[in-house]
Amino acid sequence: MSKSALQFLHNGREVAIFVDGGTSLLVTLRELIGDMTPKFGCDQGGCGACSVLIDGELHLACLTLAETVSGRAVETLDGLKDGPNLHPLQRAFADNFAAQCGYCTPGMLMAAKALLDRNPSPTRADVVEAISGNICRCTGYEPIISAVLVAAAGGRTRA
Amino acid sequence: MPVTVKTFATSGEAAAALSSDRGARYLGGGTLVMRALNEGDIAISTIVRASDHALMRIDAAGSRVTIGAGVTFAKIIAERDLAFLHAPARSIGGPAVRNMGTVGGNLFASSPYGDFTVALLALDATVAVQSGLGAREVGIEEFLQSRERQAGLVLSISCQKPASADAFRYRKITRIKPKGGSVITLAAHLPTSSGRIVGARIALGSMAPTQLRAKSAERALEGRPLDATTISAAAAAATEGTSPTDNALASAWYRREIVGVHLRRLLSGQE
Repeated sequence: MSKSALQFLHNGREVAIFVDGGTSLLVTLRELIGDMTPKFGCDQGGCGACSVLIDGELHLACLTLAETVSGRAVETLDGLKDGPNLHPLQRAFADNFAAQCGYCTPGMLMAAKALLDRNPSPTRADVVEAISGNICRCTGYEPIISAVLVAAAGGRTRA
Repeated sequence: MPVTVKTFATSGEAAAALSSDRGARYLGGGTLVMRALNEGDIAISTIVRASDHALMRIDAAGSRVTIGAGVTFAKIIAERDLAFLHAPARSIGGPAVRNMGTVGGNLFASSPYGDFTVALLALDATVAVQSGLGAREVGIEEFLQSRERQAGLVLSISCQKPASADAFRYRKITRIKPKGGSVITLAAHLPTSSGRIVGARIALGSMAPTQLRAKSAERALEGRPLDATTISAAAAAATEGTSPTDNALASAWYRREIVGVHLRRLLSGQE
């Protein structure tokens, strides 16, 4: 049951750590690296609060075995902001009241980013589908959907 | 509890490791095995992985398709030649689960999961399994009946493409849209010859602990045109041989009540 060495890119920064066999990426990020932005929700793949991007693809950190990200690029909400400046998606979430308790927000933002990276002009149905694996118990989803559409429209204006 | 993680370059080595260790489980996309580990399943002492590219291969150019066990649902949706499997793949999880969950793993997902396997069962797929004794092909029905006792590693699944888009139908009934666990899942393969159904296969999910065929309903369709009388006979026979259970999504009673209704809609082509 020895620890194994693990190296990967965490928000563009190389990390090298040792993990116990069977440790999830979520525990690795939160407890070993100290990145608390992926949230610990159900630990069963049902809530989406721990959503992160692995090589640009949306994954659930709680169901990802840490060893499987060896040599890959992991992106979390912590890597989204640029210094004190919020990412356009974060700005849109704040402006459109898309967060209440905020627990689902990191996962929602990463799911939204995965969508906009691939499809900068999503329809409402695309947004609904993109966040369908993320549970929010406060907002009723509508403000979140609006925020993602606003961020997408803003992105098109800026471009 | 920490477990030992073993990664092999070939599926043969991984299969040998699985066959020789009762506490070993193969990790595909992680949506089943990591769940079990996170829950503290002490039956798992070793995680086996394989980096074999053959497990990720899709061969869909001909009339018979072969899909590597490690292919994810997102990859299936991205493959134009697998259009007939897009609906079952899309019905699973949200985008993250579809980026992770694999075709091979879905064969081991028990009720209310395993929707993709319902489609494969209706399509009469075969499962290639590598064990210590070598590789062999098993019919999916036989595979599902003994899946808990399977020693070895699933390499791929293969099936014939349906003759037409209309010959294969799939529907997952959920309480929440677009994502939700299965209340029931139905798939039907209805090849026709001279206007009559020949070799009908109907598969159901969440109507028993394991995905199963509705054989009485299939018999009601066999050799007949797909008209209102035939559809009614098949719908009336839909519950035969099923043993659904109660869970948070629906009661066993409700499942028995609605399976005929949804089979009728599926066969009639109703939304």
